[in-house]
Amino acid sequence: MRVGVITFPGTLDDRDAARAVGAGGAEAVALWHGDADLKSVDAVVLPGGFSYGDYLRCGAISRFAPVMQLVIEAANKGMPVLGICNGFQVLCESHLLPGALTRNSDLHFLCRDQEIEVVNNQTAWTNSFKQGEKVVIPLKNGEGSFQCDDQTLAMLEGEGRVIARYVGENPNGSRNLIAGISNAKGNVVGLMPHPEHAINELTGPSAQGLGFFTSILNAMVK
Amino acid sequence: MAKIVVDVMLKPEILDPQGNAVAAALPRLGFNFAKSVRQGKRFEIEIDGEPTPAQLAEVEKAAEVLLSNPVIENYVVRVEK
Repeated sequence: MRVGVITFPGTLDDRDAARAVGAGGAEAVALWHGDADLKSVDAVVLPGGFSYGDYLRCGAISRFAPVMQLVIEAANKGMPVLGICNGFQVLCESHLLPGALTRNSDLHFLCRDQEIEVVNNQTAWTNSFKQGEKVVIPLKNGEGSFQCDDQTLAMLEGEGRVIARYVGENPNGSRNLIAGISNAKGNVVGLMPHPEHAINELTGPSAQGLGFFTSILNAMVK
Repeated sequence: MAKIVVDVMLKPEILDPQGNAVAAALPRLGFNFAKSVRQGKRFEIEIDGEPTPAQLAEVEKAAEVLLSNPVIENYVVRVEK
């Protein structure tokens, strides 16, 4: 199966994301923001970084990139899409996911190993985990505070669309310790911390991030 | 030539850490007037001639679609003389 990894100008983590896709057992396919072509991929990863320099708002300009028009259309038809960090911000700006990511509550750019709990293992990107499984993966961002109105928060919680929460102290002021959410169908997932940096203990805090990338294979085989 | 100004502010219920940091810095410099501070963005858009209602409607649309994120921000469009 083919998983596209999109590179925008300013994207940082596309290489690690492509490596993680490969380690998960799929073929990584490089996609370019300016191409209106998904190259027949079965799923897409929007990696972290600072697309378009984070100008205006994080993800606000990327949303209008030619490749994103195809991603939005395909995601609405059920194609699995995972947005990590800046990718999560792009998914919110694209209205594929509700809410928004705002400046960390203490204003600091955070870069650390973070424990998260997978609280919904029924999505295309989390089915390799046990429900409630705790994993340690890197968290590195300046605007990772998940915000939404009370009604949206109640909807996300009520429909089980919070897929991961931070464990312990709230690192960035996110409502309800939210580290990741999904759309209603569960094919689109946004995650603030970085599983692609935790696929090998030699270079990451754990290899537990790999689960997000093996999940997508399970989802396609089902 | 006219100038159209779009002010974008975080909604009142959204936490503004930058505004809070400014509010905390003011008294350290001896400025003791501020009860609270909110920080926003201002766009200055120049156009030829006086804006028509149709142009202003277009700016409103751009403010909604691109210049602001309606999930967390409000905007105001006005013409500056």
